[in-house]
Amino acid sequence: MTIDKSATDALIEEVLDVYPAKAKKDRTKHLASNDTEATKSCVTSNRKSLPGVMTARGCAYAGSKGVVWGPIKDMIHVSHGPVGCGQYSRAGRRNYYTGTTGVNAFGTMNFTSDFQERDIVFGGDKKLASIVDEIETLFPLAQGISIQSECPVGLIGDDIEAVAKTKGKEIGKTIVPVRCEGFRGVSQSLGHHIANDTVRDYVLEGAADKEQKREVGPYDVAIIGDYNIGGDAWSSRILLEQIGLNVVSQWSGDGTLPELENTPSVKLNLIHCYRSMNYISRHMEEKYGIPWMEYNLFGPTKCEESLRKIAAFFDETIQAKAEEVIAEYKKQWEPIVEKYKPRLQGKKVMLYVGGLRPRHVIGAYEDLGMEIVGTGYEFAHNDDYVKTATEVKDATLIYDDVTGFELEKFAEVIKPDLIGAGVKEKYIFQKMGIPFRQMHSWDYSGPYHGFDGFAIFARDMDMTLNNPCWDKLTAPWKKTEDEALAETA
Amino acid sequence: MPSVMIRKETETGNLTLYIAKKDLEETVTSIEFDSEDRWGGQFDLADGSSYYIDPLDAPPKLPITLRAKRA
Ligand code: SF4
Repeated sequence: MTIDKSATDALIEEVLDVYPAKAKKDRTKHLASNDTEATKSCVTSNRKSLPGVMTARGCAYAGSKGVVWGPIKDMIHVSHGPVGCGQYSRAGRRNYYTGTTGVNAFGTMNFTSDFQERDIVFGGDKKLASIVDEIETLFPLAQGISIQSECPVGLIGDDIEAVAKTKGKEIGKTIVPVRCEGFRGVSQSLGHHIANDTVRDYVLEGAADKEQKREVGPYDVAIIGDYNIGGDAWSSRILLEQIGLNVVSQWSGDGTLPELENTPSVKLNLIHCYRSMNYISRHMEEKYGIPWMEYNLFGPTKCEESLRKIAAFFDETIQAKAEEVIAEYKKQWEPIVEKYKPRLQGKKVMLYVGGLRPRHVIGAYEDLGMEIVGTGYEFAHNDDYVKTATEVKDATLIYDDVTGFELEKFAEVIKPDLIGAGVKEKYIFQKMGIPFRQMHSWDYSGPYHGFDGFAIFARDMDMTLNNPCWDKLTAPWKKTEDEALAETA
Repeated sequence: MPSVMIRKETETGNLTLYIAKKDLEETVTSIEFDSEDRWGGQFDLADGSSYYIDPLDAPPKLPITLRAKRA
């Protein structure tokens, strides 16, 4: 099926037709057919979701605690407020790390101040102070603490900054108060921003007074915005090290507080997820003069492109090594493409994910001969859509903060062979009999970054798409009475 | 008067203007004064909006954060 603009526009029109006029007008701005020539974003983004529709977005707390701060493994991140926000999101992102949980690493644990009625009435500052003491007693190897505010903390006007300051002095460790209450902003995106700003103010500023102990080398780089989901940062890091670079820190998957503190001395910041960590990279560029570069390690084509781009920043030794590494890995990935491409060729994929994936993973699918027929972001900004425009074909359907209803309807008409989205969409589409991969935390698989990750990616896509189960499925609501009866018999 | 950051994109060489408060990044399509002895004035952006930055005596080292007015 070749896509043309008028068909895509007609589809949008058709799907939106059931909305009331005002809602339709609003949603129209968020949906478009792609124009590869466009210099500005083809859709409106980063706006409040429409009341009454099903959105897949998260809150600012999720952006700060879940994404940016959470993976820093040697710090304890206190979800300050009622227990639910942290408990129901606990360990869900699968940010892998090394270390002994509960001793020197705390990634999968949930720490909360568990607000009760009296904390709301009388304020939670005292409780917070006693929590810091408790952490010091129980987990003396924690390098620092971050206080992740949930909604009520902002509503009752607690002064977490003051507590952080006094207690931080008392125990001699970094305590970071983060004002990431869920009601701020329109999505988790503002949480990323707030978290970045606190890293700037409390970690980088604080580290400036500390004595620099690290020996600085000419090939020092930092990985920024890789959350090591399913081990992603590891399969990226290995490539960078093989081409001769020295990875000083990982932000923030499998990262540590000292790593963050060391970053202002690196030569280049390498950004994987631009959306969640461009803020701190901008800051480091302006303040410390560290240039940054976006890269993409999904699929061999993009890996090779990115490794060359990164190497070009350094001298000939690195460039020569990069070529060696690329040649070496070619032997590894060519048989993979050979094996899976015939099984996946020409299959159509619809994506709906977060920060960088709606554009970054496209290359990996294309390496397997697959085609992207629709893509969109939960919480992107205009610049993300500008960058996406050149990655997908003309007239491809683009959706911003798509609603549950719209995505279902689009899938019904476009009939993709595979959908890659989040857990909120997963079971609906699976019940519809459409092969589905959860592309936020790789559906319990991964890593997908790098050449090593591509092997897993290819296997997973084949395993899902060519699974014989799909045509045996009838959605429960489509079953005839006889079938339902037969099942119970 | 929001703070804006002006940056030269490494890959494209385009100037971009980033408004932290709105979390908005846009390509600069034209800049009023861009010479050795005068830099700044009105910045027109790709989305059609424009901002005014008090002209500086020389082009600054980018990126730089400056105060801007909506023009
Ligand atoms: S919106 Fe508020 S209450 Fe809900 S998860 Fe986020 S911080 Fe918690």
